[in-house]
Amino acid sequence: MSATTAGTVRHESIYSGGIASWLTTVDHKRIGVMYGVTALFYFIVGGVEALIIRLQLATPEGTLIGAEAYNQMFTMHGTTMVFLVLMPMAAAMFNFLIPLMVGARDVAFPRLNAFSFWTFFFGTILLNLAFFVNQAPDAGWFGYANLTSKQYNPGLGIDFWVLSLQIMGIASIASAINFTVTILNMRAPGMSLMRMPLFVWMALIVQILMLLAFPVITVGLVFLFFDRFFDTNFYVAAAGGTPVLWQHLFWIFGHPEVYILILPSFGVVSEILPTFSRKPLFGAPFVIFSGILIGFLGFGVWSHHMFTTGLGPIADTAFSLGTMLIAIPTGVKIFNWIGTLWGGHIVMRTPLYFAVGMIALFIVGGLSGIMHASTPIDLQQHDSYFVVAHLHYVFFGGTVFGLFAGVYYWWPKVTGRMLGEGLGKLNFWVMFLGMNLTFFPMHFLGLDGMARRIYTYPAGVGWEQWNIVATIGAFVLSVGVLLFYLNVVRSLRSGEAAAADPWDAATLEWSMSSPPPEYNFAVIPNVNSARPLWLYKYGPTRDISKRSKEDGTPPQPDHPVERIELPSPSHWPLVAAAGLTLAGGGTMIGLLPVLLGVAVLVIAVYWWAFQPLERPGNPVFEPGGGSG
Amino acid sequence: MSAHVTTFGIPNRKMAMWVFIGSECMFFGSLIATYLSYKGKSVAGPTPAEILNIPLTSVSTFVLLMSSLAMVLALDAVQRDQTGQAKLWIGGVIALGGLFLAGQVYEFSHFYHEGLTLQQNLFGSTFFVLTGFHGAHVTVGVIWMATLLLMAFRGRLGPERSLDVEVAGLYWHFVDVVWIVIFTVVYLIQ
Amino acid sequence: MEPRSAQLGRISPGCSICRTVALLTLGVALTGCGVADLPDWSTVQPASDMGRSILDLYKIVLWWTGGIFVVVELLLVYALIRYRRRPDDTGVPDQVHGFTALEISWTLVPAAILFFIAIPTVRTIFDVQRPPPADAIEIAVTGHQWWWEFEYPDLGIRTANELHIPVGRAASLTLTSADVIHSFWVPRLGGKRDLNPGSENQLWFTPDSVGVFDGQCAELCGTSHANMRLRVFVETAGSFDAWVDQQLQPAVEDSVGVQVFLASGCVACHAIAGTPAQGKIGPDLTKFGSRSTIAAGILANEPDELAAWLRNPERVKPGSRMPNLNLSEERIASLVAYLGSLR
Repeated sequence: MSATTAGTVRHESIYSGGIASWLTTVDHKRIGVMYGVTALFYFIVGGVEALIIRLQLATPEGTLIGAEAYNQMFTMHGTTMVFLVLMPMAAAMFNFLIPLMVGARDVAFPRLNAFSFWTFFFGTILLNLAFFVNQAPDAGWFGYANLTSKQYNPGLGIDFWVLSLQIMGIASIASAINFTVTILNMRAPGMSLMRMPLFVWMALIVQILMLLAFPVITVGLVFLFFDRFFDTNFYVAAAGGTPVLWQHLFWIFGHPEVYILILPSFGVVSEILPTFSRKPLFGAPFVIFSGILIGFLGFGVWSHHMFTTGLGPIADTAFSLGTMLIAIPTGVKIFNWIGTLWGGHIVMRTPLYFAVGMIALFIVGGLSGIMHASTPIDLQQHDSYFVVAHLHYVFFGGTVFGLFAGVYYWWPKVTGRMLGEGLGKLNFWVMFLGMNLTFFPMHFLGLDGMARRIYTYPAGVGWEQWNIVATIGAFVLSVGVLLFYLNVVRSLRSGEAAAADPWDAATLEWSMSSPPPEYNFAVIPNVNSARPLWLYKYGPTRDISKRSKEDGTPPQPDHPVERIELPSPSHWPLVAAAGLTLAGGGTMIGLLPVLLGVAVLVIAVYWWAFQPLERPGNPVFEPGGGSG
Repeated sequence: MSAHVTTFGIPNRKMAMWVFIGSECMFFGSLIATYLSYKGKSVAGPTPAEILNIPLTSVSTFVLLMSSLAMVLALDAVQRDQTGQAKLWIGGVIALGGLFLAGQVYEFSHFYHEGLTLQQNLFGSTFFVLTGFHGAHVTVGVIWMATLLLMAFRGRLGPERSLDVEVAGLYWHFVDVVWIVIFTVVYLIQ
Repeated sequence: MEPRSAQLGRISPGCSICRTVALLTLGVALTGCGVADLPDWSTVQPASDMGRSILDLYKIVLWWTGGIFVVVELLLVYALIRYRRRPDDTGVPDQVHGFTALEISWTLVPAAILFFIAIPTVRTIFDVQRPPPADAIEIAVTGHQWWWEFEYPDLGIRTANELHIPVGRAASLTLTSADVIHSFWVPRLGGKRDLNPGSENQLWFTPDSVGVFDGQCAELCGTSHANMRLRVFVETAGSFDAWVDQQLQPAVEDSVGVQVFLASGCVACHAIAGTPAQGKIGPDLTKFGSRSTIAAGILANEPDELAAWLRNPERVKPGSRMPNLNLSEERIASLVAYLGSLR
């Protein structure tokens, strides 16, 4: 049976236009692309930082970089990878896909969406500006007080860190509001919550986690900012306070944050496996509910990052057991994924490779996580290379492989071109090998007593061998990553043209051309099932489900059947974001830039509020294919 | 593009404000939790018992509560296309909110003179940051109301804009509720 | 536009399995079982009761997680191979939506396994944190950037960076910090515990083997976090008593050496009992000559190393709080001799 025949009209022009069109766009597809490009750029930056670390540690008493520079390297590597790569990569996918998957023409608040991107973007600039003035932050991506106090960290490094995180946090919260409303309130008729694609479900849980977790780190950062700028006492032991307060606030954010980082990849895998197994996601409601449970439980386990701070046996027990509990819904997901593959007609394509690779690697990270969950074991493993192994298995093996799976899967939809299959598989294997070579030995280094965050280690202690292996692995991994970028460049230049539905998939984003027209849907679809396109193509053939037979949703016609008006571009989101960043970064300089930034922000917000969403000259599409 | 049909039947902007309020609960929740965890741990004085003025703050709490009443009446007036009344009640919200803020300013400067500064002790740090951020939220609300008042005077606050007033009202009520919690936790329960 | 048809992807199944198995074998073989020379920092060669409790628990968890790993990864690989689309697979496979009984089983079975991990965990948590025996030797540990201050309040000894404890007797450490958060970790003697400014943490263990055990700070504490090491000497009771006696003896009289010391600016930070030097900022040097390392475990206590340290502390320990006093070579030689004599 063939896939759909929509998409005879190609819409690559949705990306055309000069720089001004990109600066003022409010189209979720363009904003998604901008997030993606930014994330892929910082992936290289963060990767170089990692290679410097690995080169320094390849030999004992290495002399590539000094102590201070090393501390800056791992601080920036962690901060970059978490906030400038993994989060925006997920944001790129949320932006591009969610309206398409729920049957909407854009997100709930298009200009707020643009504001989120620009605020995030300027935040990344602010953070990396620190390098240019040789004052990069050096207290780790988790910035524990009171090492971050003015007393023990004079200079601008921590200020850059605090301010850029605050600014990027605002972008995230605004985005979370936007997507929560979009997902809850803008679904196509008939798309009940249980008929929503799994990726959208995971995205919804992520948004709610962001809404509830980011304010906590906002408060933690406010306290740090006030301690540094106004001599308050939040983290000052001498005044009766305690630096441990920072740890609580940071990890109440930080633990949900790691679920924010992994759930999108869980969503990606939950979309890819059914497509390439050619059968539904096994136990979809259970996968959904386990995601909800993971999100909920994730708020109750933060102090498993603090087992060595002396919380006492009762708290230790509570957090230990809570952490172990999360393994149950996580396992449920993994078993349901295996159940999806089981009995299928598995088609081996690159997206599936990365999706399965994600599962295989995440299992390793999840199991080492169970070890950390046991408090006494963690007393040895905490702050050792065992944790570095664990976190890279879940963040790289889990999140990155999952996101790469998503990129390979949805690349045709975004760009209208295919990524190379042969090169893609090679990309996968080299990354898989490099990843294991780099990070598996770190389990041994941790067991052998090597601590984290040390720029050098003594010779003759026995850590040399695995450090060399890990460094070699890092370079193998880099080659693998470079193969990805090579595939990207080749595809954009001369990749095979992609159909509307190249993978023979089930969900709405495959029902229109690749790339989609600017207005997404010529006609807003009516949805009668969780797999609207599949049922249209195949009907409920050999369906042994207890559900009644349902009609599918046909692919989109090539032209609108009614007049469609889209929002006008606007520069106010960009201006507001610039004002906000100026105000924030300006605190490091003086009162004047702060006031200027606030003024710009306020003016921009007012203009934006009173500017109609659709103004004369906005994009208009007529039935039958004309446009205005 | 203004999607009038929404899945849950409530406008996007109203849902967005509720969602935002959910987020703000965690923001103020963290500030309040920190205040509580540091209560009684200050190494130096002054202490809350020595310096907080319950009668005065009760009055300003009442003022803020009355401003919420004015807000309800303002929304009602806008919905019933009673622009005159709307101007009156929005003006009331601004006046009462402004009065509350004036009370805060008075209280803060009085505390400063008594030796309770941001830097003085844990109480100073936690108190001023908590109530300061609340005051900042009230200020944003007052500016928002002033904008609505200006629109009313220009004849641009008819029933077709009642959603905007309702959303502003939700924000205002939330800020009021936060104050009730702060008043209870900081002033009443010592 | 023809959609890409789903050709069968061709990778040889054997290759992918081989790779996985090879990595696994490598891993298991080298987890510390059967490799001859483990480093002295190894967590799987415990030399204390706490270390053994933790290792015993770790082995339980390792078996369970290892088993889960093998089973689940095998299922995954098997599914990929067995259900690969073959040329005669036309149409679509059975559109199975789920199977509730399976869902229940694979929720309950992991829960049961976790039970077997949770029970020993809770037991060990309370075991490790129970109060120390009454005859434990008390040691007050204060963390500094970037060195360890050790005080034996009952014995009247104050030293730095090097701990001596008797074998078979509990050592009870009270931990605090003078500046930022540090963490005390001697891997072979057990788990770690943070040193927080403004509060005290407890850590105790009973060493069961005589030997020398190295450790280091395990919480990022600034530029020279990596240079904040410590060394623990677990000694027989007789040896330990001898060490105590030696520490309590007055410093050897050296009126010339001490004058050089007093005149060189060292007194601003350092103390030597029995002399006017009473500085509290840096390590106590009273028995400096008896220590095995310098600068918190990073240099051997030998004349050349000590000279290098005095010549340029910053080079040895970036960010070091000890300033470069620009001492002449002659003065350095005198100080090295004097400090070496402090036994």
